[in-house]
Amino acid sequence: MSNSKRILSQARRVAIQAIPTVLGIVILNFFLLQLAPGDAADVLAAEAGSATVETMAEIRSRFGLDLPVLHQLMNYLGNLAQFSLGFSPRYGMPVADLIGQRLPGTLALMGAALGIAIFVGVFLGSIMALFSGKLPDRIISIGSLIFYSVPGFWIGLMLILTFSVKLGWLPSGGDSTIGSSLTGFAAFLDRLRYIVLPALSLALYFLAIYARLTRAAMLEVKSQDYVRTARAKGVSPIRLTTRHILRNALIPITTMAGMHIGGLLGGAVVVETVFSWPGLGRLAFEAVMARDFSVLLGILLLSSLVVIIVNAAVDLLQAWLDPRIGESR
Amino acid sequence: MNSSHTTAVLNTAELGAEETNPKPKKPEEKAWPYIHAPDALSARSVSVPRRGLRRELKIFLTNPNAIVGLLFLATVIVTALIAPLIYPGDPLEMVARPFLWPGQNAAYPLGTDSMGRDVLAGIVHGARISLTVGVVATLIGLTIGIAVGAFAGYFGGVIDDILVKLIEIFQTLPNFVLLVVLVAIAQPSVTTVTSAIGIITWPLVARLTRAEFRATREKDYVLAARSLGYGHARIVFQEILPNALPPIIVTSSVMVAGAILMEAALSFMGLGDPNRVSWGSMIGSGRDVIRTAWYLTALPGLAIVFTVISLNLISDGLNDALNPRFSEERR
Repeated sequence: MSNSKRILSQARRVAIQAIPTVLGIVILNFFLLQLAPGDAADVLAAEAGSATVETMAEIRSRFGLDLPVLHQLMNYLGNLAQFSLGFSPRYGMPVADLIGQRLPGTLALMGAALGIAIFVGVFLGSIMALFSGKLPDRIISIGSLIFYSVPGFWIGLMLILTFSVKLGWLPSGGDSTIGSSLTGFAAFLDRLRYIVLPALSLALYFLAIYARLTRAAMLEVKSQDYVRTARAKGVSPIRLTTRHILRNALIPITTMAGMHIGGLLGGAVVVETVFSWPGLGRLAFEAVMARDFSVLLGILLLSSLVVIIVNAAVDLLQAWLDPRIGESR
Repeated sequence: MNSSHTTAVLNTAELGAEETNPKPKKPEEKAWPYIHAPDALSARSVSVPRRGLRRELKIFLTNPNAIVGLLFLATVIVTALIAPLIYPGDPLEMVARPFLWPGQNAAYPLGTDSMGRDVLAGIVHGARISLTVGVVATLIGLTIGIAVGAFAGYFGGVIDDILVKLIEIFQTLPNFVLLVVLVAIAQPSVTTVTSAIGIITWPLVARLTRAEFRATREKDYVLAARSLGYGHARIVFQEILPNALPPIIVTSSVMVAGAILMEAALSFMGLGDPNRVSWGSMIGSGRDVIRTAWYLTALPGLAIVFTVISLNLISDGLNDALNPRFSEERR
């Protein structure tokens, strides 16, 4: 089977497997949120300060909250089929728009964190594997144990304390300088200054995992026959490490990175509260506090979709990294 | 690799000896010609697990990292146990002038917070909450996960397909977002936080248990047990589960650490039990005054790190002791 054909068939299989999962997630979320005490009408009424039984009933019928549960679910599924995530009574705007505003922030944060975690993690892991049992290995493994055990929100606060409060080098919250008229590269640099601390506090935990994983995978690959063969035929040590060892060691790391997307998103919820980063995680938290079901359903559904898509991408990446994957099935 | 091989061989040699020994001892028990097989089985289940465990315990206890972890954890456990003795009052009560720095007043070695509460009393009492939530949530996750995983892996077929889909759905949902939703729906309290953490952690255990069960389901000793007419319950709990336990035990200590971290994050965000002091909530309230009194944020965080490191060290030690194949690669 040719390479592209194999990857295509892999893509088809992933898509077919994802459909029931998405449906299951939608239904599960919907019934979960039905269990919540109080609905959006209660919250709106409480915020308005005064509400009669009639206005409450009016709010409920306007948003379809007075319909039977199954009927509400059917409405929701029907709307989803038209790519509409419903309307948020709390924010007074369509959920899709609301999420659309916040999604780029979270994706940027997650992307930056994952990038730091993978690059630094693989780099440190390679060093650990090269010096296995020696001093650099020991020092980095103690460091990774500490990173692995530190709560992300606390490291975030400690970073704020060090770099914003004490040293004054980096801003302590937000995603860009308010009211700044910077454009182009200067604006990008400005944003970069704001993303460093939150991305770092989100990344450290995953960085520790990737470092340990890279070390174990590289040590395992190192003892394989094809590595000995490559060394025997005179492949240079650098090429041996990067092409023969690291490429094969990357497979477990890509698997784990795919599995960590959900964890990254969860971590982003807390980190975004620490750094008042305007993203999806903060929106989810606000939605929970405001009991805004449609927003919460939208976020949960969308974040699960992100997880599914990234996992599919990882499957394809692996099929490319290792031609054996997907061939036998 | 070599050492683990020789011990495996030794074990089977001992096994053989155990199996042949009881044969002549009690031939009068039943008038059935094939009596030896069940006899051999009962003899094995008494003698071998103890011997195997002793070896693994020895590996675990000669690992310096694991010893450090055990000592750390013992410190936290003792602290949690004696908390009501050394600080009998409510740790949420005001006892002194607010914002006493650590070391300023000998009566409050770690200082006081913005409401004049003793920081050390809070940390000591917080250990109780963290450990309780961590252990109980893990037990809940283990119970559900082992039940689902054993069911799916042992029976297979349509049940397996459905349960695997369920596990997949739970693993696709971002765990912490789901946790926040669950706790917010159920109103935060120690009970709801603990159960919610248990509910979001079971899929991991279920996956692991299922994989182990699928791998052992067709092994000879399971087939032997089946041919002896043992019921499903006995085969699952006495034949397969003990052999599936090592990876589950390793995972469970990581799960306790994870549960402690999740509890801390939840109460940091204000979704913890409002009537109990917890490390996360102490950090959450210290956060507002981080510019002037950073020790209020730093100290409870150090307590979390200390506890979680101890659990991770223990889990590494358990992994080395229970999975000899991996420990070779790690060294």
